[in-house]
Formats: sequence, C-alpha cells, structure tokens
Amino acid sequence: MYLNSIFSNPERLERLGDIAQSSFLPLIEAAVQFTLPLSVISFILGLFLAVVTALARISTVRILQWIARVYVSIIRGTPLLVQLFILFYGLPTIGVTIDPFPAAVIGFSLNVGAYASEVIRAAILSIPKGQWEAADTIGMSYSQTLRRVILPQASRVSVPPLSNTFISLVKDTSLAALILVTEMFRVAQQIAATNYEFLLLYGQAALIYWVICFLLSLVQGQLENRFDRYVSR
Amino acid sequence: MISIKNLHKSFGELEVLKGIDLDVEKGQTIVVIGPSGSGKTTFLRCLNILEKPSDGTVEIGGLVADFSKPMSKKQIMAFRKQSAMVFQHYNLFPHMTALDNILEGPVTVQKKDKAEAKQKALALLEKVGLSDKADSYPHQLSGGQQQRVGIARALALEPKVMLFDEPTSALDPELVGEVLQVMKDLAQEGMTMVVVTHEMRFAKGAADEVLFMDSGRIVERGTPDAVFNRPQEERTKRFLNLIQDTDTI
Repeated sequence: MYLNSIFSNPERLERLGDIAQSSFLPLIEAAVQFTLPLSVISFILGLFLAVVTALARISTVRILQWIARVYVSIIRGTPLLVQLFILFYGLPTIGVTIDPFPAAVIGFSLNVGAYASEVIRAAILSIPKGQWEAADTIGMSYSQTLRRVILPQASRVSVPPLSNTFISLVKDTSLAALILVTEMFRVAQQIAATNYEFLLLYGQAALIYWVICFLLSLVQGQLENRFDRYVSR
Repeated sequence: MISIKNLHKSFGELEVLKGIDLDVEKGQTIVVIGPSGSGKTTFLRCLNILEKPSDGTVEIGGLVADFSKPMSKKQIMAFRKQSAMVFQHYNLFPHMTALDNILEGPVTVQKKDKAEAKQKALALLEKVGLSDKADSYPHQLSGGQQQRVGIARALALEPKVMLFDEPTSALDPELVGEVLQVMKDLAQEGMTMVVVTHEMRFAKGAADEVLFMDSGRIVERGTPDAVFNRPQEERTKRFLNLIQDTDTI
C-alpha cells in the first residue's frame, strides 16, 4: 500500500517533504503569474461582455436579441475545452495564430460573457418596473437609468451567482494547461513529470485552488454585506 | 396650465380612455375619483407619457404633445419635464438616501450645481417634515415618510404640474394624514395638481374641482360640494353611496 510504504520508509517521507517544499514556490508563482491574472482579466472582460449581451437580450431590437441568443447558445452548448482548442489549435489552420495566454483570455472571456449574461439579465428583470418609471419621470435617459438606478440594484442581486461564475472560472483556468499556458496546473504537471510524485503535486495544486476559492467566498460575503446596507432584513 | 383634448388610450382591443377633455387653470387642484378600472390611473399616466396615449392632444405649461403623430424620445422627455409624478408605491431608489433620491433629478439629469441643489433638497425635506431623515435609506423610513420623500423628489424637479397616483393607497391608515397634509399645503401654495385618490376627505377639503370617471370617460365634474352633495348622474350617486356604505360598516 502507498500509505504504508510512506510511513514505513523514512527516506521516502523525507523525499516527499523536500519535493513538496521545493515545488510549493513554483506553484504559487504560476498561480500569481498566470492563474490569477487569467481569472481576473477574463472575468472583467467577460462581465463587460455579459452586460452588453444582457442589454441586447432585453432590448426591443430584434437583430440584437437574436445575435445575443445565438452567442449564448453556442458558448453554452459546446464544451469549454473544445472552444479553447478551436481558438488555439484550430484557428491557425486558417491563418489566425494566437499566443496561449491571449487565446485563453479570449476563450474564458467569451465563456463568462455567455453565462454571466443570463445572470445579469435575470437580475435586471428582477428590478421592479416602478424603478424604471420613477427614473423616466425624473427625466433620466435610458443610459442614466441603467447606470444610476437599475445596474446598482441588479449588481446586488447578482453577487451570489456571479461569485459562483468567478469561482468556477478560477478552477476552469486549469484547462489552459492544455493550450500550453504555464498556469499552476501545468507547472504541477511539469514538476510531476520529472519526479513521478503525481499525487503530491496534484494534491498541492488542488489545495492552492481550494485556498484561492475559499478566500473568494470570503470576499463574496463582504460584498453581500456591503450591498445589504440599503435592504431591510 | 393643462389643456387636454380628445384623449384616447387603448391597450390592444381594450379602449381604456374614450375621449377625455379637460382644462386646468394654474394653481388648481383637480381630484379624480372613480371605481377601479375606470381609467383614472391610466389617464394620469398619460399626462406624463408613462402610457403613450393613442390619440388626442395634451398641453402642459405651453408645450403641446400631439399623440396622433409619432413622438421622438427627445420630444417625450421635453414634455415630461413639465410635470412630476408621485407614485402609489413611492418608487424611491432603495440604494440611495432620502437626500440622494431628491438630488438625482436636479443633479444627474438637470446638471444643476450640486451645492445649490443640496440646499434646495434640504429645504424640501424640511417642507415635508423630514429634515432629520436626509441620510436615511428608504427601508429605514415608514411608508408615510417614504411617500413624503417621493413628493420632495418630485418637487425638486420644479415641475409646473404635480401628478399624484393614489399616493396614500399603499399606506397604513394612521400614516395617511401626514401625506395628505403635505399635499394640502402644496395646494394652498398654488401648485397645480392632478390627484387620483380614494380619499374623499382630501377631495372635499382641497380640490377646486372633482372629476368622476367611469368606463374611460369623465361622467361628472364640478366643485366638491356639487359632486359630493348634489350628484346629477346615476353612476356618480351609486359610486358615492358605495363609498359611504363602507364608511359606516
């Protein structure tokens, strides 16, 4: 048994300890250099795309509605890994070559944009009609109404589901390993390939993902508290 | 101040307003009463183009809207500036304090100087008896207080006409008085007002003219004394009887 062999073999235990120690820093580095930036940049771009898509969906212009629907349908209806492969390995065959990191950013942003647009659309629709009317009667334009009245309230409603989206995204960035982005999981693979300690390396990577996601859920709690200032409980 | 000619509004097949004509002098308070479904709220909302009338013209403060022709957004917004609306459910912005609710129109929309607008907003809060609530969020206020902020928010736009859509209908009975008092004060100061309400005492006490609406038409109109004490139309009599019955239950 693996466990048995570890504890009955002090040398092996020591070796594992050394590897864990020496691989910890490279993993953290990869997380800070690639995993986190990839997550944050893709989330911000994706969110922007999501708001635009949500507005297109609720607009009265048929063609905009239609474009938004097709986009969301394609992204939600195909695996993320397939999308990344098309961007990175597929497009070069028609002469479009994108570096790993930008390709990953494009893929993840498109993904977040589609999923989050449904969240934001639902949040906008959850704001009572009276809020639009009040904004109308004080003379606000459509964009003023969105910026000042609707989106601030919709963002409060969106915090829990968007936190979900973001946390999923952080974990999904591990897929970027397969299009050669040297994010944390790829670094774990590379190190494991040299010493064959797969359980240790992947376990370490899992632990770091979990810590990041745990911290994010704390941030979510803070955000919810802040937004709840103006809501009666 | 207001001149309405042949105002029609249909929702699909359903004709809700079947030709309303009305002239309101500057400083008058008009109270619109009538059974639910009579079209009185739709009528009020048409004056602010929250509902777009199907036909007819409305003139408010010298600006004419002709609903037989299509209107651009710009025209609608310009026309809306003439009046301000107070809603049954207040419709305050929940993420803004009372003061910010009032400032939103003058500062964000009308681009007025913020310091000056704030002075005016605080004066308005004082006028509606809520100087100490400037920094409260709507959820921290009672219904009556929220509605008074709603009135202050409307007044901050410096409209020529104030429109009230059943402003006390959502309130607990003991809070109705404080809102009606603010409205009475406004009427006495010479604000031109159109009020849709079920508060007959307010109609009797503050209205220059009472309109009784039924089935999309103005059935009867006159001074409160004439409409309440000597109604001419059968439908008006029936409606007033029904209301008085509930008063004595």
